[in-house]
Amino acid sequence: MSTEAKAGQIAKSGEDWEPNIVAFCCNWCSYAGADLAGVSRFQYPPNVKIIRVMCSGRVEPQFVLRALELGADGVLVCGCHIGDCHYIAGNEKAEKRMKMTAELLDILGIGHERMRLEWISASEGQKFAETMREFTEKIRSLGPNPLGKGGGRSG
Amino acid sequence: MADLVDINKLIEETGAFDCVECGKCTSVCPAASFNPEFAPRLIVVKALEGIKNDPVTQKNMWICLTCEMCNSMCPYKVNYSGFIQGLRANSFQEGNLPICSQGGLIHTMQRLMANESLRQNRLGWLTDDLKVTKDKGEVLLFTGCAYQLGTIYADRINYLKEVPRSAVKILNAAGVTPVVMPDEVCCGHDLLWLGDEESFFKLMDRNIELIKATGAKKVVFTCPECYRTFDIDYQDFSGDLPFEMMHISEFVADAVTEGRLRLGKLERKFTYHDSCRLGRHMKVYDPPREVLAAIQGAQLIEMPRSREKASCCGVNAWANCDETGKKMQIDRLMEAKKTGADAMLTFCPKCEVHFSCATHNKVPVEKSLVDIPVEDFTITIAKALEGK
Repeated sequence: MSTEAKAGQIAKSGEDWEPNIVAFCCNWCSYAGADLAGVSRFQYPPNVKIIRVMCSGRVEPQFVLRALELGADGVLVCGCHIGDCHYIAGNEKAEKRMKMTAELLDILGIGHERMRLEWISASEGQKFAETMREFTEKIRSLGPNPLGKGGGRSG
Repeated sequence: MADLVDINKLIEETGAFDCVECGKCTSVCPAASFNPEFAPRLIVVKALEGIKNDPVTQKNMWICLTCEMCNSMCPYKVNYSGFIQGLRANSFQEGNLPICSQGGLIHTMQRLMANESLRQNRLGWLTDDLKVTKDKGEVLLFTGCAYQLGTIYADRINYLKEVPRSAVKILNAAGVTPVVMPDEVCCGHDLLWLGDEESFFKLMDRNIELIKATGAKKVVFTCPECYRTFDIDYQDFSGDLPFEMMHISEFVADAVTEGRLRLGKLERKFTYHDSCRLGRHMKVYDPPREVLAAIQGAQLIEMPRSREKASCCGVNAWANCDETGKKMQIDRLMEAKKTGADAMLTFCPKCEVHFSCATHNKVPVEKSLVDIPVEDFTITIAKALEGK
């Protein structure tokens, strides 16, 4: 049995299932916040896979849907606080886009709870670790992605 | 995975072999008139010469709008759009994809619907004043994705969310209580035209199964793309369907003639954009015009290019949103504005999204030349019901 198939079986049985979370972090604030959490040795769950983007405004609704399609159980989008954006208003755009994405996730039946938008600055290492812990627990309580492993489809 | 589409077979099936290279297709092609590098004739001619993975073809097959202007003009009845569909399916399997608009969001949404374990929540538009059933009935309303598109493009075309509600209002007024399916999935039009046949077949099987379970004899569509996909593609791939299909304009036109429905007053001047799927693909030209004639006070001013000569909205299956498309949208809106109408009506929610995109930001011409509102025909009919 391939590793993927095994992982799929585990996900189905619900035992030993671990949430698989994708976090998009902006380069200027949240990613630096993650760095700070690291150097300060704040512990947070290893379920979170960080993808660095230059700005939270870069995160398209498609990124969220695609991550869920490919088997993520939850998606986090982190950016600078409103007013602090390195590109002036990228995070405001992100806020608007993610509001729409949340609505779309509800209509699709995946549920907006699987996505979260959070502002984390470069000095908030503690908040970063806290958010990762909270969100992982939230996803753990929600259970595996309703689409199944790999979104029910490869590729 | 299915086998690669055999180009030789495709040439035979679509009649491409009959091409006499007259070039009429290119001369009428709306994309070619704005993009001199694009020519439908070249795509076919190259394929006939046995050149398969040619870079020009690779690029051009995604520029094609599949609006079937070429099909309608070809003296030898070559099925260009069918040919492009086959080429795209081939290309998709080889992994050659265009840069889709919205990063492919809409395609992903449709692929998600193909997943059987997904329980959608798609009837958010349903209010208590609407009479519908959710299990069995004679007439079924296939709502399409107007509600989802209204959500995605809420900042500029929020009213699309009203389309399914308006359709139910119209059907109720004609004394029909339609079935709406909570588990309905996308018709798969965009995936089919993107070449993703695997997901398309899943959606197709699911929809047919769901509709059969409701026992509906008649399925009414608001979206021209769903209508085309069911009537042409579904029946092509899975044989004759056991129910009658009709567009809402045909339904209203019939109901008005038979006296089951009376439309009220709406004193406005309209112009009508024949969307390619409803017009050239399904040949539904007269019912929308009959419906407008039945609305008291509504006046129809035709654009110079209407019916089978109607221009296209510039984007197909979210695969080719580019400069050419933008130019075509502006061109079409200028044409509509010139008629002096108060609004341009169309049935296709995608046309509405694309036109609203063209005028959303800066426009390359004087703003006053294109500032004509694009309105949804279904919503307009529902408004006319209430007009005294």
